[in-house]
Amino acid sequence: MRLRMNQAISLAISEEMARDENVIVFGEDVAVAEGPFKTSEGLLTTFGPDRVRDTPISETAFLGAAVGAAMTGLRPVAEIMFIEFVGVAFDQMVTEAALMHYMSGGRYDVPMVMRASVGSGLGFGCQHSQTLERWMLGTPGLKLAVASGARSAYGLTKAAIRDNNPVVILEPRALYGQRENVEPGEESIIALGTAQTPRAGSDVTIVALGQTVNVALEAADTAPWSAEVIDLLSLMPWDRATVIDSVRRTGHLVLVEENQRTGGWGTEIASVVGSACFSDLRAPIHRITAPDVPVPYGPDLEKRFLPSADYVREQVGALLTTKTTPSPWWEEFV
Amino acid sequence: MTESMAGVPRSTQRRHELNESRVARLERMMEIRLVEDRIQDLFAQGLVSGTTHTSQGQEAVAVGLAAATRATDFVCCTYRGHGHALALGMTPDVVLGEVLGRQIGCMGGLGGSMHLSDPDVGLLPTFAIVGAGIPVAVGAALQFATRRSDGVALSLFGDGATNIGAFHEGLNMAAVWNLPVVFVCENNLYGEYSPLETTTAVSDIATRATSYAMAADVVDGQDVEAVQAAVTRAVERARGGGGPTLVEAKTYRYVGHSRSDKAPYRKEGELDEWLARDPIELFAQKLLASGELSASALDEMRRHQSHLIDEAQEQVLASPTGTIAQMFDNVFAPTPS
Ligand SMILES: Cc1ncc(C[n+]2csc(CCOP(=O)(O)OP(=O)(O)O)c2C)c(N)n1
Ligand SMILES: [Mg+2]
Repeated sequence: MRLRMNQAISLAISEEMARDENVIVFGEDVAVAEGPFKTSEGLLTTFGPDRVRDTPISETAFLGAAVGAAMTGLRPVAEIMFIEFVGVAFDQMVTEAALMHYMSGGRYDVPMVMRASVGSGLGFGCQHSQTLERWMLGTPGLKLAVASGARSAYGLTKAAIRDNNPVVILEPRALYGQRENVEPGEESIIALGTAQTPRAGSDVTIVALGQTVNVALEAADTAPWSAEVIDLLSLMPWDRATVIDSVRRTGHLVLVEENQRTGGWGTEIASVVGSACFSDLRAPIHRITAPDVPVPYGPDLEKRFLPSADYVREQVGALLTTKTTPSPWWEEFV
Repeated sequence: MTESMAGVPRSTQRRHELNESRVARLERMMEIRLVEDRIQDLFAQGLVSGTTHTSQGQEAVAVGLAAATRATDFVCCTYRGHGHALALGMTPDVVLGEVLGRQIGCMGGLGGSMHLSDPDVGLLPTFAIVGAGIPVAVGAALQFATRRSDGVALSLFGDGATNIGAFHEGLNMAAVWNLPVVFVCENNLYGEYSPLETTTAVSDIATRATSYAMAADVVDGQDVEAVQAAVTRAVERARGGGGPTLVEAKTYRYVGHSRSDKAPYRKEGELDEWLARDPIELFAQKLLASGELSASALDEMRRHQSHLIDEAQEQVLASPTGTIAQMFDNVFAPTPS
């Protein structure tokens, strides 16, 4: 069925709540209002106020409560409205949730999900527009995945709810209203740690994540070269085998990242592939990212911040022709 | 403009005007209402991207607070900050300009509706993270205390913000350190779409001050002079070394939480009850009754304010949008040479 991404998320949660009575949902305005982005449509009506709760504006309290409820038998799905808001409750995710299994010698599990909207494109300004994977990336004990549309949001959400670890699912906010075909059911669950290859190709491997997957696909569809586009989906753990196998065949790796350049998620992929595929690579690994600046307000500026399909096509074209690293667009400004 | 005001920034002048005259305070409340209405219109016309949080109905809190403080005090506000910025002195063109992403805006159009600031009147950058400004105001007060100045820091926030850790941590530390800070909670009965009673264990936010052995005051947020009086008491306490105060202003927002919110969660009749106590009407009636203002002067004031906003809008629309080069400005402060 054709679903918007927010409907696919509501459906995934709803199915998991029906399947397991231990699944509960809470967050700011997720119950009565069905979510600021309508990602919990119908949940309160179907499952009632014991299992679907509105919280105060108290991220530390409700993420911490998710940790406690998860360790003692429930499977909470907590919503952080904008990823920036996790900042006020960061301890609960990276120092508590992530370490409880370890700290109990493996005897306590923390089967909780933290969902958050991320990304630029809607004009929310510098405190509400980042992706911030890097805040959580590389935290042992914490799984991290990013949806790229309705289908992957459905598949990842179900996998996350069934996982026995704390899982963070990031949802590009600009995609909530976009529709994709979703086939509900077990087959559509996407195992955490597995990437998908929405487009096969032979000249270059483009690895994208979240909102940049569509950008990479659009670039590839209109380019004279043949690109294999990989939707990475999970960052912790990430699917090394799929990426390495592809780069061995194409000899080129380009990463398309929405985050700012320094410390972006692509650095880890680049470093692993650079070592593993050293002799297969026929050009430097290339990262296409946003510049190291806050997300600007104003549609033209914000559009420029996020790599566009035209820009990706230009950059990949230059890489393939010159076999050297093309300069980023902002070089003239810094 | 008086001689002594030459070279003084426009926002500072506007703050003096407001501090000196009741009529100016009425005028400023009108200005805030008109600017907020205009911002909503511009959004409706698709001239603005993103979101905005306007403050129609809460004008008396902004103006009462500004009237009780000095341009040299520091103020932390929130994403619902257009009214506060105007009350403190920022001009409508600068506010509208930022909201519309134009270079005339206070961030050159790179911040948008939620990010206003003006050091000339002590407005720190408005905080889009709930509660974030509360400890920052404590820090500004610490600065005054450390330097033995008689300045005061103020933090404005909503009822919903009092459920976040930063509120409790900030108030406690301010009390323990006896800092010159005034916490002003605009209790508009809702945090986003949630009614206060569904998220908050107390109905009078001011009672939370007792946990921190702090002075508190509850005030009618629709009455600009009551707000002014309460904030003045708190500010005097702070300047005199008496420590922090929590002031709760009971108020109401006449519009949705943000641009897309039609406020279906309102209780029946509630909006009408609050509209009947419109802060601008209440104050206008008071000035009419006292003879400070004639009915014709009031009409003229409305016309004039509306005209000024038209002019400001024109100026803003003539100002270019932010440039790509500006994206790279102000990320880091320059290294001292
Ligand atoms: C830490 C954090 N959590 C959630 C939000 C989203 N949010 C923005 S405004 C708001 C409601 C705030 O209510 P209140 O403090 O009463 O202020 P009001 O909007 O009524 O002025 C929420 C939940 C946020 N900006 N920051
Ligand atoms: Mg409120």
